[in-house]
Amino acid sequence: MATEQTVVINDDVSCVLCGAAGQGIQTIEKILPRVLKRWGYNVYATKEYMSRVRGGSNSTEIRISSGRVMSYLDRIDILIPLDSEAISHLGGRIGPETIIIGDRERIRPGRNIIDVPFSRIAKDVGSPLYENIVAVGMLSGIFGVDRPIVEEEIKKAFIRKSEEVVEGNIEAFRRGHATGMDFCRAGRFCVKIRRNEGVTGDLLLSGSEAVGLGAIAGGCSFISAYPMTPSTGVFTYLARHADDFGIIAEQAEDEIAAMNMQLGAWYAGARAMVTTSGGGFALMTEAVSLAGMIESPAVIYLAQRPGPATGLPTRTEQGDLEMALYAGHGEFPRVIYAPGTLEDAFYLTRRAFNVADRYQVPVFILSDQHLADSVYNIPALDLDGLVVEKHFVETGRGYRRYEITDSGLSPRGIPGHGSGLVCVDSDEHDEEGHITEDLDLRVKMVDKRLRKMDLIRQDAVPPELIGMDGYRTLVMGWGSTYGAIRDALGMLNRDDVAFLHVKQLWPLHPDVAGHMRRAEKTILVENNATAQFGRILRMHAGIDVDATILKYNGMPFSVEDIAGGIEREAEY
Amino acid sequence: MKSDRHDMGNIDIAWCPGCGNFGILSVLKEVLAELDMAPEEMVIVSGIGQAAKIPHYLRTNFFNGLHGRALPPATAIKAANPALTVIAASGDGDMYGEGGNHFIHTIRRNPDITNIVHNNMVYGLTKGQASPTSGRGFTTPVQVHGVFSEPFNPVAVAVALDASFVARTFIGEKELTRDILKQAIQHKGYALVDILQPCVTFNRVNTYQWFREHTHVLEDHDPADRQEAFRRAIETERLGLGVFYVNDTRPTFEETLEVYRTDTSPLFMREPDMDKLSRLVEGLR
Repeated sequence: MATEQTVVINDDVSCVLCGAAGQGIQTIEKILPRVLKRWGYNVYATKEYMSRVRGGSNSTEIRISSGRVMSYLDRIDILIPLDSEAISHLGGRIGPETIIIGDRERIRPGRNIIDVPFSRIAKDVGSPLYENIVAVGMLSGIFGVDRPIVEEEIKKAFIRKSEEVVEGNIEAFRRGHATGMDFCRAGRFCVKIRRNEGVTGDLLLSGSEAVGLGAIAGGCSFISAYPMTPSTGVFTYLARHADDFGIIAEQAEDEIAAMNMQLGAWYAGARAMVTTSGGGFALMTEAVSLAGMIESPAVIYLAQRPGPATGLPTRTEQGDLEMALYAGHGEFPRVIYAPGTLEDAFYLTRRAFNVADRYQVPVFILSDQHLADSVYNIPALDLDGLVVEKHFVETGRGYRRYEITDSGLSPRGIPGHGSGLVCVDSDEHDEEGHITEDLDLRVKMVDKRLRKMDLIRQDAVPPELIGMDGYRTLVMGWGSTYGAIRDALGMLNRDDVAFLHVKQLWPLHPDVAGHMRRAEKTILVENNATAQFGRILRMHAGIDVDATILKYNGMPFSVEDIAGGIEREAEY
Repeated sequence: MKSDRHDMGNIDIAWCPGCGNFGILSVLKEVLAELDMAPEEMVIVSGIGQAAKIPHYLRTNFFNGLHGRALPPATAIKAANPALTVIAASGDGDMYGEGGNHFIHTIRRNPDITNIVHNNMVYGLTKGQASPTSGRGFTTPVQVHGVFSEPFNPVAVAVALDASFVARTFIGEKELTRDILKQAIQHKGYALVDILQPCVTFNRVNTYQWFREHTHVLEDHDPADRQEAFRRAIETERLGLGVFYVNDTRPTFEETLEVYRTDTSPLFMREPDMDKLSRLVEGLR
């Protein structure tokens, strides 16, 4: 059934564009959110894609709202299918209210269809490849966005392409835009989302970009990595900006080399990091242990995806927390941060460099595909007062790299800076760094390394409490579940429920246990099958959570998932 | 020439009496003295094994890392501070077995480092198993029927990869070793020095005597001739000693790094450009 009545687009709308790899879904995601943000809408975009370069089904969801949004909805309000597989790919997410705009022949009958011949328009303009841009035009037309804004963004997106390609895309856009405007003039669409001038000047970026910017702000001067989805976004971002910021970006032959290079780089005074995902990180673990032994700073950006083994390469999961916590043989301190927002991703990554250097330990930034690929607008990133803390010293004669101190911290020298020698050894070593089998000294060295944990604990990042202090139920999450939990709580509007987002997973800040004790009921949300953080809470905070909401099909939590889960669990 | 600057004095050394490592250590110290190398301005990077203990026995900065992993940190150290002289020294099992992938790709990258491989054709630290360079038929507590695999030929592999400096020597040839090591350290680019040495405890086949009988110094060989270098490299009946191949035309890894194009200071002296960062962030609006 074709729908003829007016489609009312309410305050918060989810638009999904779906097609095969190679049809330019990514280009849509590059252009449309920026266009809508510049027009004064809050936007959130996320993609889900198959592990292939051509074919299959990929989709991007663009959520448009008058208030800030940072999570994805299962519900689809407007769907633009760019091929005939799209409808079956999205399956149950298409509801009776979903408006489908597109080529009628691609859509099974019995739906709310607005027939727009995208493929014919694209072919008229010159190539079926323009179909994605016709869709961009259509949507921006419905939302009433002025043409010049979109055309500017299209030109930016195709800056490296020939003039002919740019012109073809502009023409495709204009045709789509005119169609969208015509619908609006004919009263077929009524957009009720409030535009906000303040939003037009917001920053729009992805989780990967936020981590990359945080690394630059943290003084990163060396990145070695082996490409692995979904961590590659940060690696390519830093490689792209390496020349501007004096960064050496080297693609290593394997993850083992990448992590060992990072330690060599820190040893010689650089501020280094690696980017990787589960399987790649597994190869790095011996060198994580080496960082523990030689007391080297290290920054490890670990973007999780579902395992075991190759798992679902392009999907999301929070399944590697325990691996990050226990990776590497032997006992040594470490720090694990788990950003939940773009701001967290920026500030915690920057902090990771300073903390790694301050305590001479490996620091993890535990992210995942969901956060890496989430794009939304935020007001600002605070660059004031940025300090790149450098904790190395100029050595003097008689310098001892592993001088035993009360705090456990030995001043870190670097070779070629001062008159001392900097000797580091993966064997147990004496204060000078020379190999030893003196078992009394062994005990002193273990104690010295573990003593640093006291300082690290005192420097933990507190969790963030969202909601009223007098809560009865405390919903807890870590990492990328932040957006879905926050938006779900906003939707439920219950003042007996608050949300605690834990940003530092190891070592835990004492406030985590404090907040938990004040709750009648705790519900832990994790994007994995076994509630790994729940085990850490039990072991190290001594508290069991009362209920869990878990998801491990490779997709992030939607707002509906969390809202439904809380409604089920938050009863008294 | 005296080598006091690098001498550690009277220290406990974990090598067996008569081990070829002693010879390598003493030649290395002599060469460093001859080159007037300040211990503070150099770094020795090693992995794990008996040979990998060498940095503990002379005065130098050192990074004694993981088994097989000397070359990646060595590459990074040189990249982070090109003013340092970097030597990666370890055994045949470490460099050619556990670290084989790094051996290949470090040659491709061509950092300006010297790679000394103590090649005794056996695993010493783990007590006598076959190494990648053990001869076929070599019996050990593990290879009880003798080694079946073809021995790894580091010199041929390095020439095939167009390594910028490839040499092999035998520690019984002190003068030759000294001369080659000196050239290797002075060479700009990756330099492989494969040093044949006996393991007096675990290798009863490849002894001093065996090496004398199965090696010969290359004569009338032009190291600029890559094809000839390869031909000499694949002669395994009697192993050639000397500089097989030199390619001076390859830029080093550090030379290709954009960070040093206009600023030669090491990375530790630098600060990120916050104005540029601010502009980058503003560009996201």
